[in-house]
Amino acid sequence: MGYTVKSVFEKEAVEMRKVYCNTLMELAETDPRICVLDADLVGSSGVKPFFQKFPDRAIDCGIQENNMIGVAAGLSAAGMVPFAHSFGPFAARRCVDQIFISCAYAKLNVRILGSDPGVVAAYNGGTHMPFEDMGALMAIPEITLLEPTDSVQFEWLIRQLQNAYGVYYIRLYRKNAVGVFEKGSDFEMGKAAVLKDGKDVCIVASGIMVAEALKAAASLEAQGISAAVLNTFCWKPMDAETLAAYSKKCGCFVTAENHNVVGGLGSAVASALSATVPAPVEMVGVHDEFGQVGTEAFLREAYKLTAAEIEDAAKRAIARKA
Amino acid sequence: MEKCKDLRVFAEEIRVETLKEFAHLGFGHVGGAMSIIETLAVLYGGVMRIDPKNPKWENRDKFVLSKGHAGPSMYATLALKGYFPKEELLTLNQGGTILPSHTDRLKTPGVDMTTGSLGQGMSTAIGMCLGDRLMGRDSYTYLMLGDGECNEGQVWEGAMFAAHYKLDHLIAFVDLNKQQLDGATDDVMHMGDMVSKWQAFDWHVQKVNGHNVDEIKAAIEAAKAETGKPSMIILDTIKGHGCLLAESMFPCHHIAFTAEAIAPSVEHAEKVLEEARKA
Repeated sequence: MGYTVKSVFEKEAVEMRKVYCNTLMELAETDPRICVLDADLVGSSGVKPFFQKFPDRAIDCGIQENNMIGVAAGLSAAGMVPFAHSFGPFAARRCVDQIFISCAYAKLNVRILGSDPGVVAAYNGGTHMPFEDMGALMAIPEITLLEPTDSVQFEWLIRQLQNAYGVYYIRLYRKNAVGVFEKGSDFEMGKAAVLKDGKDVCIVASGIMVAEALKAAASLEAQGISAAVLNTFCWKPMDAETLAAYSKKCGCFVTAENHNVVGGLGSAVASALSATVPAPVEMVGVHDEFGQVGTEAFLREAYKLTAAEIEDAAKRAIARKA
Repeated sequence: MEKCKDLRVFAEEIRVETLKEFAHLGFGHVGGAMSIIETLAVLYGGVMRIDPKNPKWENRDKFVLSKGHAGPSMYATLALKGYFPKEELLTLNQGGTILPSHTDRLKTPGVDMTTGSLGQGMSTAIGMCLGDRLMGRDSYTYLMLGDGECNEGQVWEGAMFAAHYKLDHLIAFVDLNKQQLDGATDDVMHMGDMVSKWQAFDWHVQKVNGHNVDEIKAAIEAAKAETGKPSMIILDTIKGHGCLLAESMFPCHHIAFTAEAIAPSVEHAEKVLEEARKA
């Protein structure tokens, strides 16, 4: 039980979308409630094998994201367990009202996947680059917002969601993520994973920024700065308890996210801390800007989503300690 | 199936109870609640496979009131069917009530889906219908859309989807009462001919007098006989039908009134009910 962090961080051999499809196919084999919806992105989300194997339970909604979310809600009212995917901006931003009313307010049982978070949208550019998907959904009561780090955490998450009840939004990196966790790792829903302990500063990271945070922590260590690293794969509910414990221990924070810090992880962490053990928070992320086209590498530099920026932010945070 | 005379009586009973709810509250979405009453009477008066003692029975037929603001006439129907005590009707919109202005599946026994953001009931009804099919149930899902509601793009997404997936156990209605909040639908947002629109989306389409229980019942039977297609029954209705006050006002989507102003409408509806009983 528990999780083990890898010692070397490199791209995984398996694509996240393959894990999505394979895990759901395995679950669907014995669970007739599992169904998959997509909005003309079956080719992108990698669920073609599911469509071939379970044609009745595989529903291509065409380019109708609003309708897809409502259909998913209705399916769950009939007892099905729907997983509905589109690109992040369309799954979240475009469907806020459907997720709010048809899913959350009606207390139905829906999993929504929004792919290509933030800079990962790369060549699709500003229209397709969600720096706001989690923020757009954050104020929906009782929703659970998740961003898996790698294929190991993602597979664990899908299995958790088989028998969970509620509305879940999963921010999904579709392709080969940087592997952080050893195979067989498991987690606790709603609890931050402590990837590295430390006492001078606490780095709270999610998604593509987790590996960057671990690199930054190693570099800080070499400079005599002890940095803890937490992975808050669950943005809502936020694990205020672990944050409070690390606030007492480290006295300052850096948040690292591939998302707007306004309404994002930085805001959620700062909000949780302000209600428990307040401490300075330096936020690494997108600072209220729109997306643009470019390679992922270019965009990571453009928005300063790097280990070097986390390292600088850690020093700034430490300097702000009372 | 109840006899048509009984359905006419049931419709007038619903109308009287609905008006009493509004009279007690002093305001509300009177127009659109009145115009769907005959259809509610036909559905709950015999067409739908339901068990008021077991509102969550999985094999029941479902009804989605996508124009959720017509909740008060739905509540009167459910109370008369015994889903909850009739006394609850006078708690409409009061704090802590089980009867909110827009229908809510969590609050009211017998309400199958939460609605209130127009267009969304289209999709949730489709999902429920498809889910029943996947679960191997032969239940029907009935869906009530407003004509103003058909301004919403989501309605037409669903129209396309339901035909594509051949949802022949989906039987939908458009309450063509020709008014929306700001005025006549033709003036606010002209939608053209509803019948040919739905036909163009490859639905089985019928148009009936929405205040004639015999026509509604026959149309539902014809819809059930149609396979491989979802069915649309366009209800030609009068907004505010059977409420003298609402019928005299334009628009009458949401109206407020004094007890004195609404009293003659309640009395009139009671008289109509008595006549229906005697007929």
